[in-house]
Amino acid sequence: MSTHASPELAIAVKDLTKIYGDRAAVSGANFEVPLGTVCGFVGPNGSGKTTTMRMLLGLISPTAGSGTILGEPINHPERYLARVGAMIEGPAFYPALSGAENLRVLATLGGYSLDQVQGLLERVGLGDRGDSKYKTYSLGMKQRLGIAAALLPNPQLLMLDEPTNGLDPAGIQEIRELLRDLANEGTTVFVSSHLLSEIEMISDSLVMLRKGEVIFAGKTQDLLLRQQPTIIAKSSDPQDLVKLLAIAHDAGHEGTVIDGAAHILGPTEWAPILNKMAFDAGITLAQLAPVLPSLEETFFEMTGDSE
Amino acid sequence: MIRVFFAEWRKLRRPTLFLGTMGAVAGVTALVTSLLFLLIDSERGNAREGQMISRQTLELPQGLSIGFSSAAGLLGLVALCVFASQTAQEYTHGTLRNLLVRQPKRLTLLLGKFISMCSFALATVIVSAVVSIALAFALSGKAKVSTTAWTTADARTALFHTFINVFLSVLASGTIGMILGLVFRAPIPAISLGVAWLLILENIIAATVKHSATWMPGQLITTISSGGDFNASYMHAMWVVSAYLALGVLVVSVLFRRRDVSN
Repeated sequence: MSTHASPELAIAVKDLTKIYGDRAAVSGANFEVPLGTVCGFVGPNGSGKTTTMRMLLGLISPTAGSGTILGEPINHPERYLARVGAMIEGPAFYPALSGAENLRVLATLGGYSLDQVQGLLERVGLGDRGDSKYKTYSLGMKQRLGIAAALLPNPQLLMLDEPTNGLDPAGIQEIRELLRDLANEGTTVFVSSHLLSEIEMISDSLVMLRKGEVIFAGKTQDLLLRQQPTIIAKSSDPQDLVKLLAIAHDAGHEGTVIDGAAHILGPTEWAPILNKMAFDAGITLAQLAPVLPSLEETFFEMTGDSE
Repeated sequence: MIRVFFAEWRKLRRPTLFLGTMGAVAGVTALVTSLLFLLIDSERGNAREGQMISRQTLELPQGLSIGFSSAAGLLGLVALCVFASQTAQEYTHGTLRNLLVRQPKRLTLLLGKFISMCSFALATVIVSAVVSIALAFALSGKAKVSTTAWTTADARTALFHTFINVFLSVLASGTIGMILGLVFRAPIPAISLGVAWLLILENIIAATVKHSATWMPGQLITTISSGGDFNASYMHAMWVVSAYLALGVLVVSVLFRRRDVSN
């Protein structure tokens, strides 16, 4: 099977599969990541995200399927890895070497200028700790060093696996801004994270995995619009909420009471109709707000075990 | 390849490893050479396994190299440990994935690492030779050993041959360490098994099974370092050890090239 290389795509995979024994870690994955975008890669633990990334980096061989990275086939990683930066499954460095020396090892290996090491350390907020041994770093600092290492080749494609692990809120925000800046400079960012609110904020597109299978691949907004919005209504009298749910039910919309508010499934344009129906029934609403589901809610709905 | 070589040297040159290893090599060589001269009249022997190296033997042109060649076994163990740990730690630290992203040609990476570790081993052999020769001259007076023959062309030739043989034996031990490191993917089992086999098991087998020293790798590596001995000829040792190493390198090269990197 062959995948045609497209100059418009940073990543394209077709029926990518990895089987260990009788278990499929990744099963027939198909998705594309356009150049110059930020693509979130999400899925529950064990859904196959890291395995997929490893296949894209040539670290493990696919059992079946094919793919291209920056237009080159994934079974020839030597053709594209010089243009790819990656941090997979957390940072991994030599504990006895300093952060800067660890970067120099990789820069020497990849044939990149050693002069950029200090600049990269500063870019990830480690400018004054580059000479400290890696084993003295906190988890957040190790993570930052991993991101600096991924930036060594000035990559066209950056693949990061859980880059915000161990970072404090300020650090998470810094990394978010860094990734956005890189995307603005033309770098394609393919990033997995369990912090879905972060992914939602920075991603143009999403690939969602569940049990090794791609259940969504496309624009983030398209995914969110697919989900049923919720109308949240509040009244000062709790009895009114029960009546409101009955009115909604009669109109074909299901709902439930959560934390003193009625959550009714329905499109945004139905909210004024509900308001009028409530008014006609003698219910005075204190709040009426249509809410689009967040990525997190969508994620749980799509990846939760329904069977 | 050259990039792999220099990247590997960034790890090998860290002071605790480089200075620690060179210090240990110098110390072990100094001990072996000192005992050779200071116990020259001891009835319990002045060389390994209670052997007696006489004053007359030490005064030969080859006498200058005896202390150095006596340290070869220990140099080999140092090489085995360094090669095994430098290879296996890439798995235990998880750094192999970083290396393979920056150098996806796996055999190039492996060969570059091997060559850089060979150059490290060469440094240990040079340090050992320098320490041994310096101490031999320094202790010759106290041991009443004439050094007249040590400054001749024959002595230089003997020293050169010893250097080559010791270096080859150290490389063989190091290669075994690298093979074990790649098979076990963790330094402790790789080093433990290598040292236990070469230091303990082979000696037990050699003492209990007749002619076993003619086929066991550790015994034959010792034969190479001494340029041939009562166990086997130099050429026999070279051929058999080369065959073992070629087979081992072939197996681990195939493993390294094809095995998934999933840690």
